[in-house]
Amino acid sequence: MSIDKSEVEKIAWLARLAIDKKDIASYCNELTDIVDLMEQMNSVDTTDIAPLAHPLDLFSRLRIDKVTETDQRENFQENTVETKDGYYLVPKVID
Amino acid sequence: MYKSTLAQLSIALESKKISSEELTRLYIERCNKHNNSLNCFITITEEEALKKARQADKKRASGDYNLLTGIPIAQKDIFCTNGTRTTCGSKMLDNFVAPYDATLIKKMNDAGLIMLGKTNMDEFAMGSSNETSFYGPVKNPWDDCRVPGGSSGGSASAVAARLSPAATGTDTGGSIRQPSSFCGITGLKPTYGRVSRYGMVAFASSLDQGGPMTQTAEDAALIMNIIAGFDEHDSTSTEKPTDNYTEKLNNSIRGLKIGLPKQYFDESLDNNIAEVIENGLKELEKLGAKCVDVELPHTELSIPAYYVVAPAECSSNLSRYDGVRFGHRCKEPKDLSDLYCRSRQEGFGKEVKRRIMTGTYVLSAGYYDAYYIKAQKIRQIISNDFQNVFKNVDIIAGPTTTGVAFKLNEKLNDPISMYLSDLYTVSVNLAGLPAISVPSGFINKLPVGMQLIGNYFQESLLMNVAHQYQKVTDWHQKIPQAYE
Repeated sequence: MSIDKSEVEKIAWLARLAIDKKDIASYCNELTDIVDLMEQMNSVDTTDIAPLAHPLDLFSRLRIDKVTETDQRENFQENTVETKDGYYLVPKVID
Repeated sequence: MYKSTLAQLSIALESKKISSEELTRLYIERCNKHNNSLNCFITITEEEALKKARQADKKRASGDYNLLTGIPIAQKDIFCTNGTRTTCGSKMLDNFVAPYDATLIKKMNDAGLIMLGKTNMDEFAMGSSNETSFYGPVKNPWDDCRVPGGSSGGSASAVAARLSPAATGTDTGGSIRQPSSFCGITGLKPTYGRVSRYGMVAFASSLDQGGPMTQTAEDAALIMNIIAGFDEHDSTSTEKPTDNYTEKLNNSIRGLKIGLPKQYFDESLDNNIAEVIENGLKELEKLGAKCVDVELPHTELSIPAYYVVAPAECSSNLSRYDGVRFGHRCKEPKDLSDLYCRSRQEGFGKEVKRRIMTGTYVLSAGYYDAYYIKAQKIRQIISNDFQNVFKNVDIIAGPTTTGVAFKLNEKLNDPISMYLSDLYTVSVNLAGLPAISVPSGFINKLPVGMQLIGNYFQESLLMNVAHQYQKVTDWHQKIPQAYE
């Protein structure tokens, strides 16, 4: 199955990746090759097989509803570019 | 002294043959001397290591110490280390300083191990050659025109060249075992859920597992005794009790049944690799083990299934890198979309973007059932194949890799060829089983690893078999001449 330019642009938007126009052709080729590899899975009938999401029989553990985390906002915000009054600054979202 | 294993260093420190400060200084000097050529380390934490070494010496003097107190170790740069940058080999995290320690890091620090630095790796653990790192490729100490393997290439190279006596790695599709094979060291991928993933930057959450990369199986067992175990911070951590991993190392393997999958030993296996593995198996048979032919009929489907599941999970995990709270942020974003799109475009390398795109595609509307659900069903089939085999054998053996370390740039522009070389390793991650790679010989002076796969939580058995093998062979003691 061939992945074309419009498909690449759609996927790039979903992934929030700004793809250079000059790279679109190589993404088309590479993704087409990878999808061809995946198509090999169709060689086996899996109609009655349940999907395996996870190798072990785990279940969601719940914990006691008790506050255990401390406020480390200043510490955690060391890794960003701009903050103000404890908020992360980003370009204006609402007009 | 720098050729010593962890077990030997423990004895040397105990008998006061050397101090931790002297030992740490010795390894730091080797790191500083060789890192420019090998590029194993992204960050060498010299001052902090020497400070911790002096503290370790005081602890030893006061009687308050553990088996491995004061021994240096290298940590893969995928584990969050409080106060020291954690880059994952990516421009995206070039300046990221973790505000906390990963559980694995905390456990090793509490056990007294001294971090020498953070090792180089394929970007976000995606790769099999350590060529996708933002910080440049790592070289294989056995031949500096060749790759060390990946993604834990820095760790493998550092241990092989004895710049560190041991290191940590992570394994999602073979990233501990394959570089261990290419570099002639021992590497263990534990059962999924055995070692906490808290603080280990996520690539594919249902496949990732951290583990030891060491000179010997005995050393791997010493590290497992520290890092294995339930962690309430990791919702996928198992509550199943741990073993004492060194306890059974010296058990006899007489009567051990070793399964040899027909699919691993077919006509496509390189003759030279086959010969090395067959010699390795003969040694195990001399120790009383019995080899039987078995079938893993869906081995070939593990590659397409893996290259659906892993990119899908990666595309989800890497969506957190949006330039807002941490990581690379583009300059002068026009609006929020521009902030996201350009930060991610600039911060991620080619292979990472390729996998995000692949993962986004397979999870998108209209394709989810055809690819992702299909891959999960293949995963169930592969897991069933292993369980059928384990009804009749104790472990499965075969080559770790399809060839020896390839040349730098050889596969970089052919991603499919790179993916196909993971044939023997990815199915283990899909099933969540434990596996170890042990040095088993050489082809044209390049190391070859033998892989042993166990059933769930059989790490003790794997290390027992590997240890018995290492008592009658000396492949694991070989060091590349340039680093003697």
